[in-house]
Amino acid sequence: MDFITTFINGLSLGGIYAMIALGYTMVYGIAKMLNFAHGDIIMVGGYTILVVLNLCGNPILATIAAIVLCVVLGVVVEKLAYKPLRGASNLAVLITAIGVSYLLQSLAQIIFGSASKMVNIANLGVLQVGSIKIQGYTLFTLICTIVVMIALTLFIRYTKLGKAMLAVSEDRGAAQLMGINANRIITITFIIGSALAAVAGLCTLMKAPSINSTFGAMPGIKAFTAAVIGGIGSIPGAMLGGILLGVVESISNKITVIAPYTDAIEFGILIVILLIRPTGILGKKRREKV
Amino acid sequence: MTKTTDKNVQNTSPIKQKGQWKSFLNYIVIGGILIFFLIFSMVGGMKSSTQYLLEKIAIAMILAVSLSMVVGFLGELSLGHAGFMCVGAYLGGKTAVLLVPALGNGLPTLLISLVVGGLSAAICGIIVGLPALRLRGDYLAIVTLAFGEIVKSIFMNSSSDSFGGALGLKTPRYDRNSLFIFSFVLVLLTLAVVQNVIRSRHGRAVTAIRDSEIAARATGISVTRYKLIVFAMSAFFAGIAGVLYSFSNQTVQSVKFGFNYSIEILVMVVLGGMGSINGSLIASALITFLNVRLATVLTGNLAVLQNLIYALVLIFIVIYKNAPSLSGLREKMRFQNLLHKNKKPKGSE
Repeated sequence: MDFITTFINGLSLGGIYAMIALGYTMVYGIAKMLNFAHGDIIMVGGYTILVVLNLCGNPILATIAAIVLCVVLGVVVEKLAYKPLRGASNLAVLITAIGVSYLLQSLAQIIFGSASKMVNIANLGVLQVGSIKIQGYTLFTLICTIVVMIALTLFIRYTKLGKAMLAVSEDRGAAQLMGINANRIITITFIIGSALAAVAGLCTLMKAPSINSTFGAMPGIKAFTAAVIGGIGSIPGAMLGGILLGVVESISNKITVIAPYTDAIEFGILIVILLIRPTGILGKKRREKV
Repeated sequence: MTKTTDKNVQNTSPIKQKGQWKSFLNYIVIGGILIFFLIFSMVGGMKSSTQYLLEKIAIAMILAVSLSMVVGFLGELSLGHAGFMCVGAYLGGKTAVLLVPALGNGLPTLLISLVVGGLSAAICGIIVGLPALRLRGDYLAIVTLAFGEIVKSIFMNSSSDSFGGALGLKTPRYDRNSLFIFSFVLVLLTLAVVQNVIRSRHGRAVTAIRDSEIAARATGISVTRYKLIVFAMSAFFAGIAGVLYSFSNQTVQSVKFGFNYSIEILVMVVLGGMGSINGSLIASALITFLNVRLATVLTGNLAVLQNLIYALVLIFIVIYKNAPSLSGLREKMRFQNLLHKNKKPKGSE
């Protein structure tokens, strides 16, 4: 029964990774850039929750505030740092994104100090089914993930905006000729990604209630790995990669012999998968043309 | 194709002769600095903190020049340069620990450690590069990032009698009075190798790959092979820098070689101007100097200001240098154009 608990914990951790990975993969699919600062948006969301909770004590209000602030930040970063570089080399955009990530981290460190702060959001209790114990936050994260995934899939498949996003990721030039405003679509992608990052920040905080300026760095890198494993640019791929990585991490942490090497194992999986399938599990192979 | 190249060579030959001494300028400057400090230390006026600073600058220079090969000339992004340095530092340091009882703490130990550290880093570079370099650009960044984390994690969890685990590996102290000289000699050597490779036929192939991979492939350049060679060379020199670090620091802790350190090296390369070796040299010396000086001025929470400034400078420089909408401004602000106002500005690429 211990295994089932571990597996469910892994699924919920994977859900967090999947939510972050969706942000990476959508931005990559549509703006063709790796948004390295995405992990730090999570950190901003976490700190917002901390501040609002201290002010009024209402976790729902805190979550809404975090989502709003993350969305605003995501859009501002996109407009100020990434938009001027549209059409420049990939390398330049990537380095700018790294700069933004560094900037957000050091800003947080200046404002909140470098020591970790505790955030107590809500106690959701423990659910017990037979001999299986499931923490309340695990269930909450799982529900969040499932809702987000279904909503996103429906959005992409059935709304005009969602279809426009697919069109831009398929071929930006052709989409623009069909009257789609690519810049607006890119902004919307950043909005969705940042909102998801805020929710992921909430779930992470409920799982481990302490936050510092590098709060989002490791989940960010892991989610990024997940997005690449699943096939960067592919939305189902990000979900699959996230869940896969979460389950692997959870199981590996339970086995004492390999527990210290969990990170190494996860990144090792990335390298092995890239060796076997160079574009990730569900990634589409694109031929480069002159 | 060959005809055009020949024509170009003929056309540019007078310029080439005129600029000949310029290509040796960095050797001359670094050699001059070296001789200056050599005399300085012989007179006995050198503080050990200055020597330590010089060692750090030399290490940073080697790192920046080697990363510049990958980022500036090959046009690929490596986010795990500190990982290669880590491999060099640990394996080279361990070699030194094992050799000191047999050979003593002298030049032979240092040389053997350098070779071991450099080669092991280069082998890691090949192992990492082999899968990643067959892929399109962005993946290399991810795989090198993953590599850096794996290396960190492995050395962190090593047993205390192999690589010292989380506490770090204790490495032998090398004579302070000569280590900085040796470090600068290594900088010169790195420069000699890197610059000559870049100016060779192979180097032109590498820049061709950077400018257009498809065109390079079409002209018969083996893209993967050249990428791998450059990547392995860059890792080799990072490994050498790591060995120097282990001799200079006396402890090697894997925590130091994280993502942030890789970024710091990248900042040096970008600040110096991608594709400019001399720029990398100047930027690495400047940043290392500022790091050490600012660390004494900015303490506590203020220390973060330094990172903030790096981040802002990085963003502004990259946007200024690359934004398509700023090309007019860039043309106006060109150094040469400012000097010769009446000269006709060159067309942008």
